[in-house]
Amino acid sequence: MDMADRNISTKDVIDQEEVLHPRMVTVEIAGKKHQVPEGIAMLKALWYTGQEVIRGVGCLGGFCGACATYYRTKDDPKVKTCLACQTAVHDGMSFSMMPPFPARKATYDLATLADPKQDLFNLYPEAPLCRNCNACTEACPQKIDVREGVWRAVFGDFKAVSEMFMDCVMCGMCAPVCIADIAPSLVAVYVSRAQGVHFTEKPVRLAQRIKEIEDGRFNDEWARVLKMNEQELTKACAELK
Amino acid sequence: MDIHVLQQIVHETRDARRKQTMPKLSEAERDALIEKYHPDFRESAYRTIKFGPNEGEKTVRELAALLEGDSPVPADLELTPTHTCDVLVVGGGGAGCAAALHAHAQGAKVLFATKLRLGDSNTVMAQGGIQISVTAEDSPVTHFLDTLKGGHMKNDHALLKVMVEEGPSVAQWLLDLGVLFDRDADGNLHVKKGGGSSKPRLLTCSDYTGLEIMRVLKDEVLNQKIQMLEFAAAVELLSDGNGRCTGAVLRDLDNKRFIVVAAKTVVLATGGIGRLHIQGFPTSNHYGATGDGLTMAYRMGAKLMHIDTFQYHPSGAVYPEQLVGALVTEGIRSEGGHLVNAKGERFVNELDTRDVVSSSIIRECEEGRGIRTMAGRVGVWLDTPLLDAEQGPGTIEKHFPAMVMQYDRFGVDISKDPVLIYPTLHYQNGGVQIDTNGESGVANLFVAGEASGGLHGRNRLMGNSLLDLMVYGKRSGLTAAARAKAEPQGKLTLEHLKRFRTEARKHHAADVVSPMLFPAYAKKE
Repeated sequence: MDMADRNISTKDVIDQEEVLHPRMVTVEIAGKKHQVPEGIAMLKALWYTGQEVIRGVGCLGGFCGACATYYRTKDDPKVKTCLACQTAVHDGMSFSMMPPFPARKATYDLATLADPKQDLFNLYPEAPLCRNCNACTEACPQKIDVREGVWRAVFGDFKAVSEMFMDCVMCGMCAPVCIADIAPSLVAVYVSRAQGVHFTEKPVRLAQRIKEIEDGRFNDEWARVLKMNEQELTKACAELK
Repeated sequence: MDIHVLQQIVHETRDARRKQTMPKLSEAERDALIEKYHPDFRESAYRTIKFGPNEGEKTVRELAALLEGDSPVPADLELTPTHTCDVLVVGGGGAGCAAALHAHAQGAKVLFATKLRLGDSNTVMAQGGIQISVTAEDSPVTHFLDTLKGGHMKNDHALLKVMVEEGPSVAQWLLDLGVLFDRDADGNLHVKKGGGSSKPRLLTCSDYTGLEIMRVLKDEVLNQKIQMLEFAAAVELLSDGNGRCTGAVLRDLDNKRFIVVAAKTVVLATGGIGRLHIQGFPTSNHYGATGDGLTMAYRMGAKLMHIDTFQYHPSGAVYPEQLVGALVTEGIRSEGGHLVNAKGERFVNELDTRDVVSSSIIRECEEGRGIRTMAGRVGVWLDTPLLDAEQGPGTIEKHFPAMVMQYDRFGVDISKDPVLIYPTLHYQNGGVQIDTNGESGVANLFVAGEASGGLHGRNRLMGNSLLDLMVYGKRSGLTAAARAKAEPQGKLTLEHLKRFRTEARKHHAADVVSPMLFPAYAKKE
C-alpha cells in the first residue's frame, strides 16, 4: 500500500457502536435496580445514578484499592471481586462496594527485628493456620496466587512473596474470605519489607555516590555550573548527550 | 471502521520504522512547536488573577476562579481547637507520608489529615520511576542540567540543587524502609533512561514504583502510630493575625462539622489540580486532585509561581472509553515504543520531553493525521507490540504488568495490538513558592510535593516528581518539627480571611467556594 495516498479524512474513525447507540442496561447497585449505559465503569454507574462516592473512590486508575467491589453477573451464582473503577457494567449485573474490613495489622520496627522469618509467627500467629481453601486467591482482583503466597511466607521464601505481591493494591479483599482470619495483604507487606531490609544486597554504587556527595566530589563542578549566566547554562544543557 | 483494521498500518510499517532514527529537535524547533500546539499557549484558556499575592498574573480560568473563591468557613467560627499538635500534615500521598514520618522521627507530635484514605493519591499511580543519579557516568550535576533543560531553564536553582543532591540519600532511606527497587545482577540499583534525560537514572519497581513506595510508607506511618484523621479535608488555614500560620480548619466529611486544629506548623502536601479538567482535558489524576492547598495558601497570602503551566502527559488512553485519561506509562516509550500517526509514520523522537511529545501529538491530530473515535476523541498509536518484536516475546508482560492488566480488563492485549493515546492533564508544574526547607512565603506554612512550585520550572522531567515528594517531604517535615520545638503555639484567628474577603468584595469576585475538594461527577437532576 502506498502510504502517501492513504485517504485519512473520513476513514480513520474507530467503530464504537456502544458510543453511537448506548444501550441502557439494568444493574443492581447495593440492592437497588438502576438503568445505566452498558459498558461504563462501575464507579461511573454510581455517579450516573446520582450517588456521591467518597468512601470507595481513590486514584481511579486501578492502583489504590479504594474501590474494592463484589459483583455477580446475570444468572451466575458466583460472587466475584473487582476494582469498580476498572470494571465495565453489563446487563443483569449486581454489585456492592466492600466496606472497610477490620483486619488486624501488626506493628513492628523492621530494622531491629532479629529474625524476620521467625518473627512472622509472632507478628501474625494466624499465618501458618491456612487451611488451603484457596478463597483468597479467588478473591484477588489482581490475580495474585494469594494462597501460595501465604504458604511461601510461612516457609520463609520471602523473595518469592515480594515478587508475587508486587501487583498488590492492598484492596484487602483476601481478608474477609479467610476462614483462618489471615489478612494476606498485610502479611505480604511485612514479608516484602523484611525482604528489602534484611535479605537484599546493599547496592554498593549507591553507597559510593552518597559518600562522594558528602566528600564534596562534585563541588568544583557545582561551582562552575552555578556561576554560569543563562546563556552559558543553555549552552551547557544543549551539549548534554 | 473496526479498530483492528485501522491498527493494520501500525503492524505493516513496524519493520520499516525499526530502521529509522528520529532526530531530536533543536532548541528553536522545540520552542516553535510548543508555542504553536501546547495547551499552555492557548490564550483563550487563560485570564488575569484579579487580586491577592499573584494579582495581575495569568492562569487558567478554572484555577483563577478557585483562587479568588471564598472559604466555606464563617468569619465567626468558634476557634477552640479540637486537636493540638506540633506539625499538622495535610494530604496522604507521598509527600505527606514523608513529611509525617520525618517530623515524627524528630519527636514532634504529628497530626496527619487527609480527605480520602491514607495513600489515596497520585503517588500510588506513578509507574515510570524515580530519578536519582547513582551510576558512575552520571552525576547530580548532570541531573541538575537535564532537569533545567526540561524545565525551559526556569527552575529555581537552589531548590533543584538540593533535590538532585539529596536523591541518593533518599534512595537509601527508601531501601532502609524495605522498598524493593529493581536490581542489576551485581546487586546495584538498575537504572532506566527517562524521557528528556541524558543518562539512565530512573530507579523502578517494575511499573509499580509509586505503589511499592506508598505500600511501604503507609505501613510505616501505621507502625509509627502517627495520629491520622482520614476523610477530613482541610478547608482553611489559621493565622496569628501577624501573618504566621498557626493551624487549620478541617471538615469532617461524614458529619460536615468543622474541626479546628492548633498546630505550631502546617505542611500542605495536597497535590495538584487534574480534576479541575483544565481546558476540558481528561486527567490521569486521582479523585481528590482539586488544588486545595493552592487556594488555602493563597488566601493566607502565600505567593504562587509558574501556575500558568501544566503538564499534559503525552500518553493518556483514548480507547476504550472506560480508560479515557488513564496513563499509558512513559516506560513503554523509554523501552523503544514508537508513536505512529494514521499514515503509519513516526513524527517525533519519543524520548523528548513531555511538552514536546505532547505538542507533536496535538499537531498530528490537528492536521488530520490522528485516529478518531466515535466518542469524539482523537489520538495516535503507541506501538506496544514493537517491544516484544525488539526484545522478545513476553517483554511487555514482564516489564509492564500493571499496563497489561489495565487493558486486559477491557479485552485489549497490548502485546498484540497498539494502543490509542492523546495527551492527558497530568501535573501542575508550578504551585506555592517555597524555599529549600519547603517553607512558603507565610511563616510556619510549609508546602511539599506537587502543591509547591519553582523546582520543576515550566515542565517537569519524568521521574522527578517521586524524588521531589521524598526530598521536600523530608525537608519540610524536618524543618517544621524543629520550628515547633523552638516556638510556642500562636493564637488562632481568621484575620487573613477577613482581609481576603474585603479584597474579594472590592473586586466583585464570583460566587465560588473553594477548596473544591471533589469534582462534581454525580448526576443530579
